[in-house]
Amino acid sequence: MPDAPGLELIAQELNGSFEGAVLGTYYEHEQGALVVNPERVLDVLGWLRDTPGQEYRFLASLHGADYLPGEPRFGVHYELLCMPRVERLRVKAALADPGGDELPEIDSCTELFPTADFHEREVYDFFGISFRGHPDLRRILMPEDYVGWPQRRDFPIGGDPVLFTHNEVELPRWYE
Amino acid sequence: MVRVSTIEDREVIGASPVERTDALEDKAPEEELFTINMGPHHPAMHGVLRLVVSLQGEVVKDVRPIVGYVHTGIEKSCEDKSYWKVIPFVERMDYLAYFSNMEAFCGVVERLLDMEIPDRAKYLRVIHLELNRIHSHLVWLATTCIDLGAISMFWYGFRERDKVLDLFEMSSGQRMHTRYFQVGGVMEDIPRGFEPKVRAFCAEMGSRLDQYEAILDRNEIFLRRTKNVGIVSRERLLDLGVTGPLLRAAGEPWDLRKVTPSLCYGELDFSVPVGTVGDGYDRYRVRMQEMRESLRIVEQALDGLPEGPHIADDRKVCLPPRDELATSMEALIHHFKLVTEGFRVPPGEAYYAIESPRGELGCFVVADGSAKPVRVHIRDPSFVNLQMLREMSLDGYVADLIQNVAMLDPILGGIDR
Amino acid sequence: MEVERQKLRDAAAPEQPRSPEELRVRQLRARELLRGELEGRDLEAHVEERVLTTTLEKALNWARSNAMWPATFGLACCAIEMMSMVSSRYDSARYGAEVFRASPRQADMLILSGRVSIKMAPVIRRIYDQMLEPKWVLAMGACSSSGGMFANYAVVQGADKFLPVDIHIPGCPPRPEALLHGVLKLQRMIQGRPDLGWRQRYNAIGTEEWARTPPAGSLTPPTGGEPAAGFPGATGEQES
Repeated sequence: MPDAPGLELIAQELNGSFEGAVLGTYYEHEQGALVVNPERVLDVLGWLRDTPGQEYRFLASLHGADYLPGEPRFGVHYELLCMPRVERLRVKAALADPGGDELPEIDSCTELFPTADFHEREVYDFFGISFRGHPDLRRILMPEDYVGWPQRRDFPIGGDPVLFTHNEVELPRWYE
Repeated sequence: MVRVSTIEDREVIGASPVERTDALEDKAPEEELFTINMGPHHPAMHGVLRLVVSLQGEVVKDVRPIVGYVHTGIEKSCEDKSYWKVIPFVERMDYLAYFSNMEAFCGVVERLLDMEIPDRAKYLRVIHLELNRIHSHLVWLATTCIDLGAISMFWYGFRERDKVLDLFEMSSGQRMHTRYFQVGGVMEDIPRGFEPKVRAFCAEMGSRLDQYEAILDRNEIFLRRTKNVGIVSRERLLDLGVTGPLLRAAGEPWDLRKVTPSLCYGELDFSVPVGTVGDGYDRYRVRMQEMRESLRIVEQALDGLPEGPHIADDRKVCLPPRDELATSMEALIHHFKLVTEGFRVPPGEAYYAIESPRGELGCFVVADGSAKPVRVHIRDPSFVNLQMLREMSLDGYVADLIQNVAMLDPILGGIDR
Repeated sequence: MEVERQKLRDAAAPEQPRSPEELRVRQLRARELLRGELEGRDLEAHVEERVLTTTLEKALNWARSNAMWPATFGLACCAIEMMSMVSSRYDSARYGAEVFRASPRQADMLILSGRVSIKMAPVIRRIYDQMLEPKWVLAMGACSSSGGMFANYAVVQGADKFLPVDIHIPGCPPRPEALLHGVLKLQRMIQGRPDLGWRQRYNAIGTEEWARTPPAGSLTPPTGGEPAAGFPGATGEQES
């Protein structure tokens, strides 16, 4: 993991190359993360992947998180790994919820990291975050005709209510 | 000339429509493709994986895996439970490598808590993780050989597997899904007869592996079926995010136990088998050799097992030992609070990855200071490795497709979570 | 309400001799039978007592129960323990459940081993419909019996919401011995109940299947909204 000063250097260089890309950094539990503007996420990821000296060429994971009631609501996390130096870096794109029926949008990074294919489909399936430019964005784990975004915080967990004597319904038995 | 019906005419099976594969367009009549559905229920024993395969004769032209048939909503359920209740949920994701799942989650929560676990717990965890690796590879060997037709390996593999499960039952009381790892260490210390039994198992297992290799290594049929089948280049594998024995078989020496040693892997002496070509035979050899290396690790860990507590001292996080409950009031209160409400984790996010038998198993937890996690996400290796199935199987035969699925070692519980 | 208990012994095995004299009489009778000297009422009495007579139904049920072919239906973790039951330590072949048929047309027992997700439920129902009568379903493990620990949007809370289930086997995962116990219990259930198919007898009363579409002539479902979700079927298992 790049240490805290190293992280600041990366953030500065990124902001130098792409104006306003990095909104902040945080470093905790020996892991560094960059908070980026979702519109610039492809620039940031491409820079991190291709710049000699950085070379985070392996995308270990791409996942989403719902920070309701915090703002901005959604975070799309990219866990990058540089294999030669064994360093991990997290890039977090903070997406706001447009509200209503619209889905939050972010660019797809399948061109840069082909592994993101299934990951982005999973984030779309569970959070409703639409990835522009994804070759085949559809649900992966839920049935195709499912309505709702299950892992959003305001989606009910589901399941049957626990039966107690006060809410149990006695159906007539076979001998009645 | 047989006129093959198009996708629109065909009746749908199950809830999801048959996919339209892009290989179907603009084909001359001689090259017409036949799309079949290897449905979620099929004899290849790798769980409920559905494959929509476009065939030209026996040659595979396109494969689309459809997953989700055992999706259990584990990640969502975890948001509703206190941290130690999440452990049994997370365990059941990759249901052959349950200790690895537990280690990934407990490791990430320990990082969020900035908690150090005692050395004895580290060694015990490593012993169980490596025994789990042997168990997982044995089941892989057994089921893969059934898919290839060598059915007798199934009986041998499961016979050894039962011995490993006896060891787990001895240490934790359960054969599978033991919830043995807790945040801060392990649930309880190993009983007295455990160590000699493990040593006896390790001594015997080496010769058993020799026997299995004698059956399979130079078997003409096995060689003809696995050699040069399902080769994907190393660079392409890295692009696809593949890790684990599949990546090592293709020649990339990447093993998280070596590059980022956690627990006590740094103190143990073991090597990581790496293949050359990346075909089915290499994957088989890598996994067999990994089993041998795991035996070495277990023996070294037993030799070096230090005395001490098996769980951390922090009573705000770890349950007090039961004998204290009768005498100490604080212990009783801690126990009560931990069981009813659970411990609180300060706000933060962390990602922690370990090397499970299938590859990099990562766990990402967002904590907000309460007793329940906000988000638990498991980066499952089988989920990512499944993306390489298409490249492995293109222009191969259907029989090789079956073998490629087997060699991928997919665990649908991990893929679908 | 009268509960009939029919022990397996009564169904098949002949009585033991009560005394050495009786044993001697039996031996003499058997000798005479073999010589062709036993006639008339003696012959009938002897045949009734000693030769295993049974109705065709009982014989069929005995045969069916001892040669149940399970369909390979491994869904999740319980599938590994099911495979373990098949393997050499907890050999299920000695009880007749040897051949695991992949095709549902050739199988007569469905062991639902693992969690039933909402995407898989129609597939399972299809496979169950493809099986030929007589067929039985074992819900192995907590997840297929009742949803198990997964009380959420993705798991069907019990396979008996859409399938009639004969035996529920608890455990997470159940030990192979527990699964074997369930199989044996199913065998006894089949042998003790000649008119198999509890669905015909009870019209699936008490399950969701009935509450949604009651067959003509059966009791009507209760008025006043939905029946209790997750209410286990009131019928099904009997000690035998």
